Amino acid sequence: MPITYTSGEQIEVYRFSVPVTVGVPLLALFLQAFLPRRLPFFSIFDLPLLVTIFFAMARRNPISGLFTGAAIGLVQDMLGPYPIGIYGIAKTVVGYGASSLGAKLDVENAGARFLVTTGFYLVHAAVYFTVARGMVNLTLEWNWTRGILAGLANGVVGVGLYFLLDKFKQRT
Amino acid sequence: MESVLGRYRNLTILVGVLFLQVLGLAVQVKRSADEQSTRLIRVWAVDLITPFERGLVWGQSGGNNLWHNYFFLRGVRAENRQLKEQIEQMRLEQVRLSEDATQAHRLQSLLAFKEQFIAKTEPAQVIGSSGSDLSQSIYIDKGSNSGIAQDMAVITSGGIVGKVLRVYPSTSLVLMINDQSSGVGAMLEKSRLQGVVRGTPNGELILDRVMNDEQVAVGEPLLSSGGDQIFTKGLPVGTVSKVSAGKEMFLSIKVKPAADLSRLEEVLVVTEKQERAPVAESAGRGRAADILAQRLPSVPDKPATVPAVTPAGAGTGATGQGVGTGTGEKPQPNAAKIVTGIGTAGEVLKKVAQKPAAADSATNAGAGSGTGSSAASGVAPKPVSKASTNAASSATPNVSSNSSPKSANSAEKPITTQPKPSSPQSSLQPAAAEDNPH
Repeated sequence: MPITYTSGEQIEVYRFSVPVTVGVPLLALFLQAFLPRRLPFFSIFDLPLLVTIFFAMARRNPISGLFTGAAIGLVQDMLGPYPIGIYGIAKTVVGYGASSLGAKLDVENAGARFLVTTGFYLVHAAVYFTVARGMVNLTLEWNWTRGILAGLANGVVGVGLYFLLDKFKQRT
Repeated sequence: MESVLGRYRNLTILVGVLFLQVLGLAVQVKRSADEQSTRLIRVWAVDLITPFERGLVWGQSGGNNLWHNYFFLRGVRAENRQLKEQIEQMRLEQVRLSEDATQAHRLQSLLAFKEQFIAKTEPAQVIGSSGSDLSQSIYIDKGSNSGIAQDMAVITSGGIVGKVLRVYPSTSLVLMINDQSSGVGAMLEKSRLQGVVRGTPNGELILDRVMNDEQVAVGEPLLSSGGDQIFTKGLPVGTVSKVSAGKEMFLSIKVKPAADLSRLEEVLVVTEKQERAPVAESAGRGRAADILAQRLPSVPDKPATVPAVTPAGAGTGATGQGVGTGTGEKPQPNAAKIVTGIGTAGEVLKKVAQKPAAADSATNAGAGSGTGSSAASGVAPKPVSKASTNAASSATPNVSSNSSPKSANSAEKPITTQPKPSSPQSSLQPAAAEDNPH
């Protein structure tokens, strides 16, 4: 299994230029809002979540990760019809978890990235479900089949997307 | 304490950020009716994303228009021919429907009903969605600058789409009817059962609040009931796709939306509704009987003289009982049953309907046709003047369809030789009475 425990000294921490830091999440939010109307199957993907996981794992800083997740999630909430904060809370948790995991494990290879993305997709769905039902009183129904399938699909797309975004990494 | 916070700095910040978001969420949930608290930041986000969407949609539609309107015109002539044929068929249908509508309006005006009409719409293009598969909402490229306001209905030619949830200067967020937080007052077209159409978390539509003991047929159309004060009454909502017993006392009814909600491109926003009492059309415009007469097959003009007729009671009940037979100069024993003179088909219908039951067997078949062919009621053969025949033939469908309503109405008043009380058994009575504007 490619996930290996690595000491802090062995892990490389990356940073990104400001245009990439701002532009990539915005592009992801834009595509997420634009494409599902043209390609209905695209609604199963969550590009803002994939971007959150990528930045969190690459920076390997929990504080940076949670703020990145919070910012992306809150903007996603602002575009939707429901109260602001549901996606924000879910992506904050994911950002924190992904960066904490990235600080401890080597998640540079495709297998590790696939597993991490699939797992965090389910975590994200669970947090969203809890907040939406518990606080906003939305009548969501948990569907394991759909959740796992969507998680796997996001994992596959995430692997491809991360290799693309790796081009923008800058070593500290 | 400081050492503990320092040691768990990351976790502390996480808890703090989460706490702030939960607090903000709680405030919003508590003030759910007050959208102003988060309006400003929503405007920022929308202004950040929608210009790109608008630009892409503009480019896409421009390219499509260029291709479809200038280059790819194959089959346009054949399509044009088909559409013309379709228009002809729809015109025929329109005549029938307009008469039905006129009648309905007349009845509604009698009962002082008030209806809501769609007075003005604003076309808009769909530029994007909310970006979440858990909410069913779309962004359109028209906002407050175009007169869009909150809670306006959004429709397509197929059916209803949703309502305007939030309005920004140049865009609006539309909550579609299949979103789980939406609800539309609806009724079944045939059974008139009323319920609430709601969205499900999966983006499906269900009809709620219909009792278990009601009969609901699959395929039955569903219309808006107007009870939600957003959609005017009678707009297509969808069709029933599946009916099963629900958990409690209500049926579980799945609905297929009338508008294709997953492939929306252009929509209409209802910017103005009018509430007014329906105005009954004046009788001169065209009465049901006139229209009926126009639809019936025509009969060629009769010669100037009328051949011998069968005695009373032996009549076959064939067409044109007493219509257009000319005036009887001498009242015969059975002449009371004869309707003489000329007039519009509606007037003739009324006269025939006033005949006693004994003649009903003959009139039911013949009078409605209004063909003015031959008398069949035991009138002694009399010569009929040319003028009388011509005038009588004005009651035929062909002639009445060509003549103006005014000339049709100005025909001589029909005369019955011996007025008889109307027969309550006559099935034509209500129709004839309704046709007579007086």
